[in-house]
This record gives sequence, structure tokens and C-alpha cells, in this order.
Amino acid sequence: MVHLSWYLTVSAMLFCIGMFGFLTRRNIIMMLLCIELMLNSVNLNLAAMSHYMEDIRGQVLVFFIIAVAAAEAAIGLGIVVTLFRNYHSVHTEDITKLKG
Amino acid sequence: MVQLLFFYFAFVVIALGLRIVTCKNPVHSVLLMLVLFFHMAGFYLLLNAEFLAAVQIIVYAGAILVLYLFVLFLVNLKEEVRMSPFIEKGKWLGIVGALALFVTFLRGVKSFTLGPHGTYTIEKVQQLTHTKAMGEAVYTTYILPFEIAGIILLVAVVGGLALAKREKKGA
Repeated sequence: MVHLSWYLTVSAMLFCIGMFGFLTRRNIIMMLLCIELMLNSVNLNLAAMSHYMEDIRGQVLVFFIIAVAAAEAAIGLGIVVTLFRNYHSVHTEDITKLKG
Repeated sequence: MVQLLFFYFAFVVIALGLRIVTCKNPVHSVLLMLVLFFHMAGFYLLLNAEFLAAVQIIVYAGAILVLYLFVLFLVNLKEEVRMSPFIEKGKWLGIVGALALFVTFLRGVKSFTLGPHGTYTIEKVQQLTHTKAMGEAVYTTYILPFEIAGIILLVAVVGGLALAKREKKGA
């Protein structure tokens, strides 16, 4: 028997790893990839809850999250391509135009 | 058996996650992410969500990661592998922050209780098949969010095109 709390713990670990990567990586593409990691951990959480509550709502929510994640990846990577065209870099420390 | 599979998936997912965020070469990270997505699909299979496992592989592994790979090839990464992958002084702050968040989550998990059970028992879902059960929910109760998801995808298509389009000289 696999307990719900095991799934929640794995999901929490994955979320924390994703947050660590998002806060510390300097490459913007890697930051976006870490967001995908966090979204995946939330999806796992929702699917596990849905399974253990014997309800389908959580899984429907996972379906919508995957759709929104696809849209987010498309727009985020479009922004990265534009940034690289203008700054010739995808590192966060090189993009300081608003700093004056 | 199910427990063994669960521990295998959990171990691989956590190990790959750690490797992904610490890997210097982004191409390696994206390829490891592919393996991680397959193991997430395995988790969904353990949770009796076959449709979600299929969607996970088709959309994440098939579409999103290919997009990431293409953008990585467009972007110059020659000096990337020689530099530190983390921002200055950010690594330890990040570790402390992530650990603090994890401890908070664990406290939450410990005191968590499930709400009332719904009507989709495992037997009912297996009898209906998972795809049909999902479809019935998506196309009746959740029809409005479904339409909104369609609009969001349309916005993503238009936005992606508008962002990646090269501007004309002098315009």
C-alpha cells in the first residue's frame, strides 16, 4: 500500500528542487525548465489527491495545467529568443537595462 | 510490487531533479528532463491515470522539450559550460530557502487529512475507462475552463509568432 503522504513528500521534494533551481540558475532557459519541474510536482500532487479522494476533479485540473504549461513554455521561449537577439546573452546578470 | 515501483520512480525522479538543477550543460539538463517526464508518466500509471500518462509523454516529452532543445540550439552556449551555472552567492541562499520550504511542506503533509470521497471509485473508472471518465468531466462540468484553455493556447500561438518575428529594418 502506497500512502498519500509518500506522494505528497516526493512532490514537495521535487517542488523544492525546482524552486532552488529557479532562484539560483543564471541561464534563463534553465529557469524556465525549473518552472516545468515545479509544475510537474504540482501535477503529481493533484493526481495523487484525486486518486486517493476517488474524485476526477484533480486529474481534470492536471489536464488544464499541462495545457497552460505548454502555452507558458511557448511564450517564455519566445521571450528568450528575443532577449538573445537584443543582448546576445541569456544570462540574468547581463540583462540590467532597467537598472539605469 | 506497487511499493517497489513507487520507490523506483521516486528515487529516479528526485535524483534526476537534483542532477538537472546542478548540471552545467543545459542540453544535458533537457535530455535528463526527458527521462524525468517518462518517470512522471510512470507515477500517473501507478495512480490509475492512463490518459494523463499519455498526455504527459505526448505534450511534455514530445512538444515542450523539443521546443526547449530548439531554443537551446538557437542560443550561443559556448561559454556556458565553462562558467558556474549558479548566480553569485546565490547557491547557499537557494539551498537554505529550498530546505526551509521543504520543512514547511513536511509539516503540512504531516497534519493533512483528506476531504470527503467523491463518486469516481477505482472500479468505476476502470469500468468506464479513464479517458472516458476524464472526457465526461471535461466536456460537461468543466466545459468553460476547457474553452478558456483553448483561448490560452491560441494566445500562446499568436504571442510566440509575434515575439519571434524579426522586425523590419527602419520600421
